[in-house]
Amino acid sequence: MIGSVFRMGALVLGLMAGSLAQAGDFIVVQSTTSTQNSGLLDHILPAFEAETGIEVRVVAVGTGQAIRNAANGDGDVLLVHAKAAEEKFVAEGWGVERFDVMYNDFVLVGPASDPAGVRGGSDIVAALSAIAGAEAPFASRGDDSGTHKAELRHWASAGIDVSAASGGWYRETGSGMGATLNLAAGMGAYALSDRATWIAFGNKGDLVVAVEGDARLFNQYGVILVNPAKHPGVKAEAGQRFIDWLTGDEGQAAIAGYTLDGQQLFFPNAK
Amino acid sequence: MRDLVEESGLMIEAQGLRIARGGQRLLDVAHLRLGGPGPTVILGPNGAGKSLLLRCLHGLIGADVGAVRQNGRPLDGDERARQAMVFQRPVMLRRSVAGNLDFVLRRRGLARRQRQDRIADLLAEGGLQSRGGQSARSLSVGEAQRLAILRALATEPEVLFLDEPTSALDPGATQAIEALVLRASTRGVRIVMVTHDIGQARRLAADVVVMMGGQVVEQGPAAQVLDDPANGAVRRFLAGELIF
Amino acid sequence: MQSFAQEMQAAFTLILAGDSELLGIVALSLRVSLLAVLFAALIGMPLGAALAVGRFPGRRALVVLVNALMGLPPVVVGLLVYLMLSRSGPLGVLQLLYTPTAMIIAQVVLVTPIIAALTRQVVEMLDAEYAEQMRSLGLSRLATVPVLLWDGRVALLTAVLAGFGRAIAEVGAVIIVGGNINHVTRVMTTAIALETSKGNLALALALGAVLISIAIAVNALVSLLGARSRAEVMAHA
Repeated sequence: MIGSVFRMGALVLGLMAGSLAQAGDFIVVQSTTSTQNSGLLDHILPAFEAETGIEVRVVAVGTGQAIRNAANGDGDVLLVHAKAAEEKFVAEGWGVERFDVMYNDFVLVGPASDPAGVRGGSDIVAALSAIAGAEAPFASRGDDSGTHKAELRHWASAGIDVSAASGGWYRETGSGMGATLNLAAGMGAYALSDRATWIAFGNKGDLVVAVEGDARLFNQYGVILVNPAKHPGVKAEAGQRFIDWLTGDEGQAAIAGYTLDGQQLFFPNAK
Repeated sequence: MRDLVEESGLMIEAQGLRIARGGQRLLDVAHLRLGGPGPTVILGPNGAGKSLLLRCLHGLIGADVGAVRQNGRPLDGDERARQAMVFQRPVMLRRSVAGNLDFVLRRRGLARRQRQDRIADLLAEGGLQSRGGQSARSLSVGEAQRLAILRALATEPEVLFLDEPTSALDPGATQAIEALVLRASTRGVRIVMVTHDIGQARRLAADVVVMMGGQVVEQGPAAQVLDDPANGAVRRFLAGELIF
Repeated sequence: MQSFAQEMQAAFTLILAGDSELLGIVALSLRVSLLAVLFAALIGMPLGAALAVGRFPGRRALVVLVNALMGLPPVVVGLLVYLMLSRSGPLGVLQLLYTPTAMIIAQVVLVTPIIAALTRQVVEMLDAEYAEQMRSLGLSRLATVPVLLWDGRVALLTAVLAGFGRAIAEVGAVIIVGGNINHVTRVMTTAIALETSKGNLALALALGAVLISIAIAVNALVSLLGARSRAEVMAHA
């Protein structure tokens, strides 16, 4: 009886030791699921970690949540793709300064059967008008993410009020890119996705790229250091090192060097 | 009578005990004194309030009014520690036969060696010496009841209450229980036992208390009460009539 | 594009090869949930026993509350714990967010009501049976608690297993407070969520199969230990 108590105690201590040991320098980067799922970070971060010895822990959530987390001080660096929200973040004092990092582009995907007749086009606004006109099913992120905001801008450009159609042909999943693409594949709907997630996505079903190449489908990424003046616990030095690396020659080259299916997904444009 | 009382040393006295529920009188004992060496049998038909009285005497329930005193003192923790009780259905702890006895002996602060010796003695006393390591829950009802008595005796009580201990047992098991109870009585444990079995009363009692309808209707030496009761209802009960 | 069957096969091959990343994820899942259940039992069992045995004003209401808390949505728990542990929150200075410890804390909050409610039920039933006898033997209400807990150990173990099942299978709490960080806070359920979001459904299902297998293994182990102890008791007869 006593012996088994001791054995239990040793097991518990052993289990706990793993939790307590947090060796080494690390920073927390709040980023988005689409960035994570593209595989870019897995590709470029090891180079940074090897060079500086700083571990980069990425929390990948929706854009809105990433910004909120960073504003709460639960991250050292913010890396998202929602320029207006990022500039607001800095203006309100939560971030020190915003830097361009890279861009990728969005694509409109849809069923191979193409009910709205938009396949092969390069005008996103015209395509969305056609989809609304045909009342073809459309799957939206509906989660206030960078992708979602971009999508809404294009609907606005087409002069279409999608909130009226919500629940009908316009379906808001309130989820990440993957879940939304799952839904689109499942119900034969159109959807707006960043190219990186699209290429890496494993459940395409009969979805294909319908519209691409429109300059309005640019998706700009920005990186910001969380303001240590607002949150003294922020690892400002290590965070800044990461930003310098990301926007410097090495980081930019690493970004350009990431390919999937033979395609370059991200295009570095730090100044 | 007075000599007997002083000789035994233990005196339990109940005064004005009343319990009523829903307008019905369940217990109404104006005055009861239990002295003498015993065994005392509390006899009566079902629903007479015998078990209720026993629980009041052991401090398990409190009456609406009235008091119980033991040796002239109120029934506090110290006085109740001199008592033990065995219930109609034995409640065995989910451990071995020896473990059940050990549980009680440990609380008395005995050292390991002492406990082991005492357990061996008790098991022998109850005829369970080969069953020490067996799960107590796997005993038959008769064996479990024997163990319950041994467990009660392990607390070295001055008075042992038993509430219809053999009502669910066959004659063989009943005999074993009664023998155990009598041996304890001979060793000086004051027995107070409730039963509705007249034959059992005859076999065990030195004095008898008869209850009916929540009240004590007769009390006295066994031979007197059982063979020539003063109360007519008691007479009819002993003759085998149903009493309402 | 591979067929679904081919993908499943590829996924299981990866798993059976004992992929070290997968082993790390499984180990972390077990570590987090086992520790969480341990602490939840240390808190929940005495609490449940006290609720069963105690008599105080408001007891009934408290029992109802504890029972209701069994249905706490994990994602709500995750959110609440996040708000507590966030740098902007009251316990932010502890810097526990995005660590396995935060995940353990969240799961303790989730599992404690389950263990407390089930313990209360078991102890209450035993108390009804034992109370008179215990009082007769001179035990105070407080002193009966360890006796009831020990005597109810078989049913209580089932309560603990129920708590473990809840912990190992939930994703809502650990994904918010843990952040699903690779090599740091990624557990089986959050890995499944990630692979699903990437559209790697076959891999997600394969991971799910591993999770279920582990749950079965844990329950089988406990059942085996129970059978062994019963046999030992019988052997002494």
